[in-house]
Amino acid sequence: MRKSADIPPSEITPETVYRGRRELLKGFALAAPALLVGCGRHSDADASASPASEPTPRPELKIARRGQFGTTEPQTSYQDATHYNNYYEFGTDKADPARNSGRFQPKPWMVEIAGHAEVTGKFALEDFLKPHPLEERIYRMRCVEAWSMVLPWVGIPLGDVLKRFKPTAAAKYVAFTTVERPSEMPGLAYGVLDWPYREGLRIDEAMHPLTLLTVGLYGRALPNQNGAPLRLVVPWKYGFKGIKSIVRIEFTDQQPRTAWNESAPREYGFYSNVNPAIDHPRWSQSTERRIAGSGFSLLGNRVATLPFNGYADQVATLYSGMDLRKYF
Amino acid sequence: MPHRFDRIAASKPFVFALCLLPLAWLVWDTLHSQLGTDPVAQLEHRSGDWTLRILLATLGVTPLRLLTKWHWLSRYRRMLGLFAFFYASTHLTIYLVIDLGGFWSQIFAEIAKKPFITVGFAAWLMMVPLAITSTKGMIRRLGGNWLRLHRLVYLIGICGVLHFMWQVKSGNKIAVREPLIYLTILIGLLALRVPGWLKRWHTSRRSSPARAAVNAKAA
Repeated sequence: MRKSADIPPSEITPETVYRGRRELLKGFALAAPALLVGCGRHSDADASASPASEPTPRPELKIARRGQFGTTEPQTSYQDATHYNNYYEFGTDKADPARNSGRFQPKPWMVEIAGHAEVTGKFALEDFLKPHPLEERIYRMRCVEAWSMVLPWVGIPLGDVLKRFKPTAAAKYVAFTTVERPSEMPGLAYGVLDWPYREGLRIDEAMHPLTLLTVGLYGRALPNQNGAPLRLVVPWKYGFKGIKSIVRIEFTDQQPRTAWNESAPREYGFYSNVNPAIDHPRWSQSTERRIAGSGFSLLGNRVATLPFNGYADQVATLYSGMDLRKYF
Repeated sequence: MPHRFDRIAASKPFVFALCLLPLAWLVWDTLHSQLGTDPVAQLEHRSGDWTLRILLATLGVTPLRLLTKWHWLSRYRRMLGLFAFFYASTHLTIYLVIDLGGFWSQIFAEIAKKPFITVGFAAWLMMVPLAITSTKGMIRRLGGNWLRLHRLVYLIGICGVLHFMWQVKSGNKIAVREPLIYLTILIGLLALRVPGWLKRWHTSRRSSPARAAVNAKAA
């Protein structure tokens, strides 16, 4: 039941209406609740090797377009992509998100749009996304910790979605907030960061065609540990800029305060563009360890890190004239 | 009583084998793909963990001996110290050969610029002379200087624990817990030595230099 691709934002259903007809939307192919995952803790032996072999497979997504900005580099295995995550709301160990996110309910999901835009309010995720065809984008993902993956995301260019809310001239930045649910996210009990997790982009970065508002991975709805049901993927920036489980998007006139930047301003800049020339204070960023492919390999995993993670042709002009040492 | 059965000497091969177990375990897990998604990081972390554990065990020998009066304990100290050096060297080799690989020359920049690598490398470097001078002949040849040189082990311990603490993502209060455990143990082991140091300092101030040397040797 796809409608025309350009529904004006005014037609987006407000929360009150949405609540009343939620039953009708039950079949929508996004983010089925993880009914049986419960508190089950899977050992490595029975860990799923493919998205379809999960105990409760995520719904398959209808992908309209593939291959934009793609790469032919070997993709990270599904197992690795879903069992090696930084999502501190579920714990700080790389294995914690897969282990501790079973209780998380990505459905129903509301997204609040606020700030300098003509259309603001709370919207059901289904309505929020419905006008847009889904695209698959195979991107490199470079973590600030100097490891990287190659991942097939499914989503919508963020700019296409944001435009529907008619940001005003005062909208210079976009601020994002992650959901904060202590009962479903055990990591929130620890003050590792100042919760909720917050991230932000300059408006031109947010509108750039590479910036993907992401709902899926490997052709299916996002697993909880990867940021279900809605996350950001900004492939030329360090991975932590890709905020997960987004509940709030605000158009601001000031540079938003962001979680990692607040926690250690010297180590994590607001921009955090991948840059091999600017080291993290404690480790080099000139190379990275590639976690890719499905085979077991010990040697030869290190590759050179590229400026803007290899997307310089697309995005370098966004920063022309800027001192990237100052705005790191 | 030259022919009495030496239980300590007889037990040494077992302690030796015990110290090799972490390595055997690591090799086993490597060959059976049990190192998870980032095997290189696992190899680094586990070899580093065992370096610190054995190093702290080495530093624990003397306080434990003095507390329990089990003086035979000191006869395992050299082996433990050498194993700490062995695991530290394994750790460094993994970093250099497996992790950096073709980018091995990056290590120079890392040592120069990254404090956690600097202290880690310094710790390994300081272990080298201690390992070289661990033989009976060297102990004899160096005399009082041997003890002075081997006091480096305290600095090695401090550098080793700092190496662990500083590589943790800052702001990550959970991840820093583990290095803090090592730090607490290290501080405890050093603190246990303080009364002895103070006592010796007092006696050496009041007595002749020759007497001080005797005191130092007794320690």
